[in-house]
Amino acid sequence: MFKLWSTILKDIRILTRDKLGLIFMFVMPIVLAVVITAVQNSTFEMLNTNTVPMILCNRDTGEAGKQLEAAITKAGMFRIQTVTPDQTDEAISGRMHTKDAVIAIIIPADFTKKIKSKSDEIAVKALKNFGMQANDGVKTDSGSVQPITMLYHPVLQETFRRSIQGALRSALQVVQNKEVLKSLYFNLNEKAMPDSMEKELIGSQVAINEIPVSRSGSRNIPNASQHNVPAWTVFAMFFIVISLGGSVVREKLNGSFVRLKTLPTNYLVSVLSKQLTYLFVTVTQAAVVFSLGIWLFPSMGLPRLALPDLAGVTVVTLVCGWCAVSYAIMIGVFAKTQEQSNGIGAVSIVLMAAVGGLLVPSFAMPQSFQFVMKLSPLHWCLEAYYGLFLEGGKLKDVAMNILPLLGITLVIQLITLYGLRRKNLI
Amino acid sequence: MNQAAVRISSLGFTYPRQQAACFSNLNLEVTQGERFGLFGPNGAGKTTLMNCMTGLLNYQQGSVQLLGHEIAHHKKSINRLFGFVPQDFSFYQELSPAENLAFFGAWAGLGKSEIKTKTDELLEILGLTDVRKKKVQEFSGGMKRRVNLAIGVIHNPQILFLDEPTVGVDVHSRHAIIHYLKQLNENGTTLIYTSHQLSEAEDLCNKVALIDDGRIIAHDTLEQLMFDHKEDGLEGLFINLTGKSFRDS
Repeated sequence: MFKLWSTILKDIRILTRDKLGLIFMFVMPIVLAVVITAVQNSTFEMLNTNTVPMILCNRDTGEAGKQLEAAITKAGMFRIQTVTPDQTDEAISGRMHTKDAVIAIIIPADFTKKIKSKSDEIAVKALKNFGMQANDGVKTDSGSVQPITMLYHPVLQETFRRSIQGALRSALQVVQNKEVLKSLYFNLNEKAMPDSMEKELIGSQVAINEIPVSRSGSRNIPNASQHNVPAWTVFAMFFIVISLGGSVVREKLNGSFVRLKTLPTNYLVSVLSKQLTYLFVTVTQAAVVFSLGIWLFPSMGLPRLALPDLAGVTVVTLVCGWCAVSYAIMIGVFAKTQEQSNGIGAVSIVLMAAVGGLLVPSFAMPQSFQFVMKLSPLHWCLEAYYGLFLEGGKLKDVAMNILPLLGITLVIQLITLYGLRRKNLI
Repeated sequence: MNQAAVRISSLGFTYPRQQAACFSNLNLEVTQGERFGLFGPNGAGKTTLMNCMTGLLNYQQGSVQLLGHEIAHHKKSINRLFGFVPQDFSFYQELSPAENLAFFGAWAGLGKSEIKTKTDELLEILGLTDVRKKKVQEFSGGMKRRVNLAIGVIHNPQILFLDEPTVGVDVHSRHAIIHYLKQLNENGTTLIYTSHQLSEAEDLCNKVALIDDGRIIAHDTLEQLMFDHKEDGLEGLFINLTGKSFRDS
């Protein structure tokens, strides 16, 4: 026990004297959690609080164009700059190059006329199908409705464009439905639809009730902090490979290892000491980042991190930390130089994060990657944390994520043991 | 009659993935209490032989016994019997001399109070008391050599293996190290020493062996060897027995 304690003390001393390593281990997860949460949070807010800058050019002089303009404004996603109808497409594009707006909507000149004509056509067809007499006096223009033009800046990512398109389609649908209903009403009653009825028919959309699936029964909507803080904490835990893997390699190369081998103590004591010391580091990393999420994020304008079941978080953090430490030691045992350890360690962590669902949600992973994904320890760490942070689960609810993680950790430990024996280190 | 500190019989060793054997049927005996010097040109097999004696390399044939214990069979328990001072600085540069001694003392099987006593004693003898709390990485080469030696002897080993313990140090540090090694030997520690500093070896060693191409080509007291080969120094004896050609392998 005295040997183990002396070794832990030695490891702690070396660790605390490596200022750069400490900064890397503690500042990196904080920066990652803050920056990525802030970015995702601002993205979320951008789509929900009128912050997508848009140029709107309505070349139509009729009622439908105005209604579409109103519906787009009402969508609540855009900060609209209206330009005069005489602005050419090129002029509008020119303004977008200077990033005055990332999106521009051009309503064509005969939009009202065409929409009205198409609505009348639909109404006549519908009434005939019902065996009713339609007003044949209605003249229809058989030409199709010209599309609404949506110009977008190339910086706008596809997911953004799809969200914006969805909002536009919804606005367009409102206008089209209104015209069809008005036409039907006119054909049936030979008079215009009263405003009150128009409002009742159009405004009676069925609401969507969004409820997050939660094991605790809570209806709190998971925010960007709940998503990002645990995810990037896991990433940072595994990134101790840079410090720990390097420490194992340094010990092997700097000659102290030769001395250790000639002393009457098994090198496994050193391996155990490193595991305990760095497990403490990973748990501290998690505690620091979670604390910042709880107490500092709100003062930075970021959503507060809600800490779930404490027993669950403690156990998951310990198991994730142990897995990260085991992986780092394995890399250190097999690497021949510090450069190898750093390079292989960093690249493999990024790859495991990518296939593990940290960069792309696991449900969106291609089928061919589903098996590979399950081999990544980061996947199980993430699933366990999400079970707690997003679904409000307890320890028993994430047990099935912890078990595979323990299995992977044991395999890593066995590989390390094999490496130590093969290299005549124990 | 003194017991053999080291007895090597019919030793055979070949490095993995190499065809030529480093040693085949090598025999050597070092008696307890000797100040034994092992010399030879570069690539002769000095370090490999020392690594076989300290258990760092697993030999394929023969036997290496330290104080009657076969090293291949009792590797870890036998490690209490000897100390090793490698040529490289074999300690943690981020730690102070006292912290290094505390750690390696624990690994050598000493208790807390023993470590403290031995640390104070060694730092005093080797002139490191004033810098006991300073990080070793800030030390000069000579000071680092003295720390390297202190760690090797903290557990009072009966046999001390020294692989070029004074390489690259100034006169004062060399004098302190050699003086201390003689003191240790007077107190019963067998020294097994290798170096290219032949004048230093003449001063320190009372028995020498010359190794070349994996074979012991001479083994006796220095005086007897010089008499036999009509040389008046170790350097002349060395050139006489190993030739003048370069050994850069």
